[in-house]
Parts: sequence; C-alpha cells; structure tokens
Amino acid sequence: MAGTTETAPPAESKQPQVNRIGLAKKDYGGLKSTLCIGCGHDLITARIIDACYNLGIRPEQVAKLSGIGCSSKTPAYFLNRAHGFNAVHGRMPAIATGAQVANKHLKLIAVSGDGDSANIGMGHFVHVMRRNLNLTYIVENNGVYGLTKGQFSATADKGSKQKSGNVNPNDPIDLCEMAFMLGCGFVARLFAGNTKQMTSVIEAALAYQGLALLDIISPCVTFNNHEGSTKSFPYAKANEEPLHDIGFVPAYDPTYMEMDHGEEREITLSDGSHITLKALARDFDPTDRRAAALQIMEAKNTNKILTGLIYVNPKADLYTEQLGLVDTPLALLTEKETRPAEGVLKQIMDDLA
Amino acid sequence: MSTATAAPPAQQTRVVNDFSFHVATANGSGSQTANMVLLRGLFKMGIPVSGKNLFPSNIQGLPTWFTIRVNKDGWIGRATTPDIIICMNPESAIEDVETARKGAVLIYDDSLGLSKMRPDCIHYPVPFKKLVVDACPDLKLRKLVINMLYVGVCSALFNIAEDKLLSALAAQLKTKPKAVKVNEPAITLGRKWALENIKKVDPFWCEPLNKNGGKIIIEGNAATALGLMFNGCTVASWYPITPSSSLCESLEDYMRDYRVNPDGKRTFAVIQAEDEIAAVGMLAGAGWAGARCFTSTSGPGISLMNEIIGLGYFAEIPFVICNVARTGPSTGLPTRTMQGDILNVIYASHGDTKHVVIFPSNPKEAFEFAGVALDLADQLQTPIFINSDLDLGMNYWMSDRFDYPTAPVKRGKVLHKADLEKLKGQWARYRDVDGDGIGYRTLPGTDHPNAAYFTRGTGHTELATYSEKATDWKKNMDRLTRKFETAKALVPKPVIDGYTNRVGILYFGTTESAVREAASLLEKQHGHKVDLCRLRAFPFTREVEDFLATHERVYVVEMNRDAQMAMVIRAELPRFAMTLRSILHYDGLPLTAGVVVEQFLAQHKDEPNPTKIAQSASHATSALGTKGRD
Repeated sequence: MAGTTETAPPAESKQPQVNRIGLAKKDYGGLKSTLCIGCGHDLITARIIDACYNLGIRPEQVAKLSGIGCSSKTPAYFLNRAHGFNAVHGRMPAIATGAQVANKHLKLIAVSGDGDSANIGMGHFVHVMRRNLNLTYIVENNGVYGLTKGQFSATADKGSKQKSGNVNPNDPIDLCEMAFMLGCGFVARLFAGNTKQMTSVIEAALAYQGLALLDIISPCVTFNNHEGSTKSFPYAKANEEPLHDIGFVPAYDPTYMEMDHGEEREITLSDGSHITLKALARDFDPTDRRAAALQIMEAKNTNKILTGLIYVNPKADLYTEQLGLVDTPLALLTEKETRPAEGVLKQIMDDLA
Repeated sequence: MSTATAAPPAQQTRVVNDFSFHVATANGSGSQTANMVLLRGLFKMGIPVSGKNLFPSNIQGLPTWFTIRVNKDGWIGRATTPDIIICMNPESAIEDVETARKGAVLIYDDSLGLSKMRPDCIHYPVPFKKLVVDACPDLKLRKLVINMLYVGVCSALFNIAEDKLLSALAAQLKTKPKAVKVNEPAITLGRKWALENIKKVDPFWCEPLNKNGGKIIIEGNAATALGLMFNGCTVASWYPITPSSSLCESLEDYMRDYRVNPDGKRTFAVIQAEDEIAAVGMLAGAGWAGARCFTSTSGPGISLMNEIIGLGYFAEIPFVICNVARTGPSTGLPTRTMQGDILNVIYASHGDTKHVVIFPSNPKEAFEFAGVALDLADQLQTPIFINSDLDLGMNYWMSDRFDYPTAPVKRGKVLHKADLEKLKGQWARYRDVDGDGIGYRTLPGTDHPNAAYFTRGTGHTELATYSEKATDWKKNMDRLTRKFETAKALVPKPVIDGYTNRVGILYFGTTESAVREAASLLEKQHGHKVDLCRLRAFPFTREVEDFLATHERVYVVEMNRDAQMAMVIRAELPRFAMTLRSILHYDGLPLTAGVVVEQFLAQHKDEPNPTKIAQSASHATSALGTKGRD
C-alpha cells in the first residue's frame, strides 16, 4: 500500500515458496476482510489470489475495479500491489472502460454484485458486454443487498423467501444469459463453495484476452442463508450440478503435451493456454454458440444450479484493438506524440479565413 | 460575372455596413450552405459579421431562421430586430412579415401573395420558383439550389461583391466540386435578375472594409475541439445531446485527420457512451489511469453526471467537462441558449463540493481554454468545467486566428517508477507535501511494488486507506479547501476595463459583444460611463474582488432568471452582497445590447448621476495593474 516501507529481507531460515516470477503468495494478498464471517465473497477473494499467484501475474499490471456493495469492498482484500478503484454504485463498467482505453496493457479485475450489476448498473452491464475489454468481471451473486440489510436484488429467484418471510414475486435476471446474448466471449456460472472449479475458471478468465463474465453464486450468510432461500449455502450445495470437470493449463506449462487427455474436450485460448473439460452433467461444446444457447435454455428448466463454462469464443478482438490504439498507453503519450505540427493549425486557420 | 450594380441609395440616406439579415427557411431545406456563403462573402469583404442560427428541435420541416449582422464597428452581438427579411418558408412567411419592423426590407417568392401586407415595409417579390428552373436543370436539386438565388439577389441589392460570394461558395463546398458547379449559376442568375428587375428603394448598402485581416469564422464547439487536439487530449467519451454533440463529433473528425500515425495507429480514443453517466464514468476511469480526458454535454447531462462529478472531486481525479448550455429547466428549449447551469456546475454533486469553472467568451478562448482546462485538471487533480453555451458552441463567430501552443502540457504531480525508487517507495497519495493541498499520485501499471494505492469515494486517510474517523474526514476536507485556494492562482484572470467610474458591469461568456455595445450606447446616448469586468473563472480571483471593492454598484449581467452568478458572488464574497444589481435575460435567445441598456436605465434611476470620480482605494492601485483587455 501507499506509504508503506519496503519489507525487510526475510530471515535466513526458510525461503518462502515462490511462483514463476519469484513472488510469494503473500505478495498477492490484501487487507483483512471486514465482511461477515463465512461470507461467500471471502472464498472468491481467496481464489482470485490463488489464480493470480498460480499464473504468475505481475500485480502491478493489474487494476482492480468495483462499484458499491459488500462485493465491491473485496478488491481491498487482494492484490495490494495493484491499483484499486472502489467507485460508485453500478458504474464500474464505465470506469473500467475508461481505464482500459487510457492504458491498454492493464489487466482489469472487476468485482461487482448482483445489485450493482443487475439492478442499478444494468445499463452499463449490458453495454460493457459489447466492448471486449481485457477484463475479468466477477459478479458475487447472493440475490440480496447486504449493506442495506437484505432487500431482494434482480437476480433473486421467483418464489425465493426473504429472511422476513416475504416471497419474491419477480422473475430473476440471468446475467450469464444476458452476457451471452450481448456477445460476451467468456461466460461462466460458478458456486463459491466449489473451490477447484472456481480456481480453474478464474485462471482461464485471467488468461483470456477479452471480457470474461463470471457469475458466482456467493451466499450471504447474514441475510440470505435461511430455509426458503435459493441462494443459501445449503441450497446451493444440495443443488449445484457441475456441467464438467474443468482444468486449466497455462501457456508456459510444458507438461500439457505430456498429459493424457482421454475423453476431454480442450479449448485453446489465444495466449496458447488450454482449458480442458471432462463432461459430467452435460456434454456440450462451449465454443459452439448454438450448443451454449441450448445449454442456457435448458438450465432454466431445472431446479439445479448448473455450474461451469457456458461459452467461450477464443478469438474475439480486444476493444482497444478495434479502436486502433498505438502501443504506448494513451495515458503516457507526451505532446511530442500528440501535438500536430504548427503547419496543421495554420492550414486549418487558412481554411476558415 | 455581371459587373453592373443596382443604383446605390442616395449618399445622405445610405446605411452602410450596419444592418442585419434574417433568413427564414424550413429546417433541412439546405439553406445552411446559402447562409454560410452570404456570411463568408460579407466576411471576405472585410466587414465585421456574425451568423446566428435559430433552429427548431427537429430534423426536417419546421421553421428555422438565420440572422446575419453586419456592423462596421464590430458589434456582432445579436441584433434586436432585423432590417432585411428573406422569406423562403411559406409556413412562417405570414408571421415573418407581420413581425417585421416598420421600414424593413421584405424579399419573398412572388407566388406567396404577401404584397398586400405591410405597406409600411419595402417589398421585393422575386420569382424564385421560376428562376430556379433556369438556374438548375436537375429537378431533384432545385429545392437546395433555390436558396442560392437569394444570395445572388442580395448581392445585387446590397452590393455584396459577387466574386467574394463565389469564392466563399468554393470554400464552403471545398470537398464537393460538383456541388459548386450546380450552385454557381444560381448566384449569378439571382444577381442578374435583381439588377434588371428590382428598383432599389431601401437604404442598406455594403462597402468593402478592411477590418477582418487575420480573422477566421468558426463555431465555438469546433474551436474547443481544436484546442483539445493540440493540447494532448487522448480520451473523449460522450453522449449525444444538443447543443454539445458537434463538439465531440468535430473532435473525432479532427483527430482522424491529424492524430493517426503513419502506421494507422491512433493516439486517441473517442467513445460514444451509453449515457451521460457512462460518459463521465469513463472519464473517471481514464483520468485515474492517467489520460487527459474530456466530455462535452449540456444541462440535462450535467444533472445525470452529478454523482460521478462528486467522486472525481473527492477521489481527486482529473477530467474536463464542457457544458454547452441550453435553455432549461427540464428538456426546456433544446435549441436555444442560456447561462442557466451556473449553480449546477459550480456546486455539482452532493456534500461539500465546489468546482473550478472557466468561461470562454469567444472562439479563441474556446480554443485556448481547452488546453487550460486539461492542464488545470492535471495540476489540481480534479474535474474542471468549461462553461460554454449554444450561442458560442453552434453559431458562427468571427475570431482572431488561434496561436499554436508551444508550451509543454502540464501533467501535474505524478510519480513514476524512477521517482518512487528515489523515494524508496515512501509516499502517501493524499499527503499535502507542498502545502498547496495537492498530493502526488501514481498511475495504474506503474512498475514498482509501492506504486499502488486504493482509490475510493469513501472516507480515507493520507495513505488512501478507508477511514471513518472524524479527524481524518475533516482534515481531508480542509485540504481540499486549500487546493481550491491554490486554484485561484492558476485560473484565467478576469478581463477588466476601467477602474475610474463608480458603476461597473460584471459579465461572462457570450454576453461579451452585447455588453460592450451596451456600454458604448450608455455612454454615447445616455451619458453613463461604466467600467467592465468580464469574469473568466470560478473561483473568483483577487482581481474580481478588487473590481467589486472599487465600484459602488456593479450590475451582473447573465442569461438566466434567478441571477445565479450574482447568487454565487453573494455566497462567496458576502461583503459585496449589497453592491450587486442584476440584469437578466432568459427568453432562450442570445442577449442584445438593448436589453442591457433598458434594464440598466430602469434600475439606475435611483442613483445619483454617475460622474467620473477619482478612485483611490488602496487595493485599487494593485488592481490597476490588470487594466485593459486582451
């Protein structure tokens, strides 16, 4: 964090384990969480740290973004060595867009909530899905507003019960369905209680050159963990049905070629990394748009929470490439690069005279 | 080209280079090109001129009026009543004629049957519909070309040099040589017909002058766009809203022409956002990440942006918002002008907020203040407003040529990797190291383990960590006050003309020409001498206080109902509360000198005759240093 002194060299005793760029797990850590004990969000935070450490991502090249809500507090709890921006309610996608065009080399990790993205920020959510930022967009979805004490959000299932006993009369908004329809190139639904799957998918999302939307069911232990809730830990544990067993092999890992791939599907991302899928509940190809659409439709007809990778388009163009930006981040250009010659102004003035 | 001219009016009754045209057409009928040719033709004759477009919130069909004022003395504010009315729109013709002043010249198509109306006016019926058949063989183009006929008729009647009009046409349609060929014959034919068929009885006459050397004609929005392009703007995000849309559209056009490298890569991004909230949200992200960034909008957009403007103020993020104001409240009159958002920009957002606002008054300032605003945003690490309006943004103004900026852009206090290494990673984002209220910042992506800090709209410490402590909160707010004090030394100073009279007029923005014309009329026709102070920024600088302190009464001229700027002066400089009177104009049209004179005289009756006095207040001496205008 700003102002802290550089840590003293570690004592001679035991060298800490480090990743491929020589950083220890603690170099990816953040401040202590102030969320309720047992909150699903803290499980996700831990997986973000694991994934960044495992991949050897340089924290300084990451920018963390969030809106407002319990979920949006979490960027303070991981990657202290990355700049973070806890912005205003629902507007994170716009802020992420600005940050990305200002510096196209930033890897963005955004954490939002269901109220932040599906209610107040829906207008921005749908539009950022149309801009292929290099952004891992995590929605920590618990169906309620935590910081304002338990009101339903737009992702709450119809018929789900509030703690007070009120029943939600409205159909839910499915963020995965919306993201897919709007052209998002990486769509996954996950459950915060499924550690292994989360780690693999977050790793794949971070390696993905584009916008990855991860809708993670992340139960609120204080306001939405009771009998009758469809976003509680007990409900999700009882009803989660992983679509497939997911593995992720980073581009730099030489062991991939030696592995026995058996019956697995594999998806190669543009950076050369691989996602491997072994079918469990359903066998379908997430790179096939029709198969993914069918999968989303079928998921609506079941009471199960089908988790896994729903859709991947490994070849989508990044937004900053579509804009044709120079390689140097726009933020770092000097007037030497940005000020047209004096003759240009003279010509423009002559034309107006 | 015909060299004949209409017989000039007798010397003693002639009105030379001092009158106004009012061209009434239907929106979308292509009259804009003809009006611009007329305007530029007059401009090329060296006569000071202005063009104001009074258009409806509509794409095609509703009435629209273009007013051209020629004035040998350089008064280019809106004229109160037109001297010459060209009625090309049958829908509005009767009303146009009915509202003409006595003695006005009426030019219209002879089929409109207006000749029985208004015997107190001068009628020049012209067979436009017949003439256009000869002028333009292509049936489809006649609707457009018919407008060029009135240009030719005016050339003959008012002695507007045909060669200047033809060269204005060529310049106006520079990229469309075919269109030049189609339109040229109409100017020549209109002129020829008028010379042969109209007996001139009106007094209006143009003579070449030499007053426009080194001048250009441009809209304020295009001027601001140029200022942005030449001063390192790299990111613009915007949402379409009249009258600001043409600003970011011009910006994108200019950038595509001049900010693309030989390899086709761009040094800019212009993004059309999904709404104004997103437009300013993108600035919060881009400014935070280090880009010099900009949006333009109008009143309704400012209202929507309020929450993120407060975030920018509190989290201290540089970005620039140009408010091209239109008439409000609500949707209001989207195509009319107003200085109605003064409070809305100065105090935008909830809690204690106050923003730096700069007020350009003409295209040259619109150009220069774009760079000033980008620099101020980076220097002060805060949102900066440029407060323009529809009149400046969308109308055609004569202006001095713009000077090429040679100074490096100011990027403010940014610590890069090497700086952090020198500091051994010891720094605090919101610590007031220099005593000016401005901390140092780092940019995301800076490759140093201590570069990162956490940006938030919640309470924070110097180290940017979350804090709800009362002492942390107050200390931070007090530092922001210090920063605002620092701003006073950096913003453009007012333009002050005189400290010698007891009465002053304080104004800002596009009321410039009307106020100066009014001051001249007040002196020449009514014997009232006044000093002038044109505000160019908020916060108010020392010079503004000096002006208020050295005048017994100061009239604040503004284009809104509620005297918003006077309200701000009373709030910020309460000791001058009783000094102020207001001159207010709020019908959606640009201010005229007549309004100022009338309201001044009405309020001035209770004052002793303001004779010239020797002013010797001690602080006036220092203020005299800024006398004169630039």
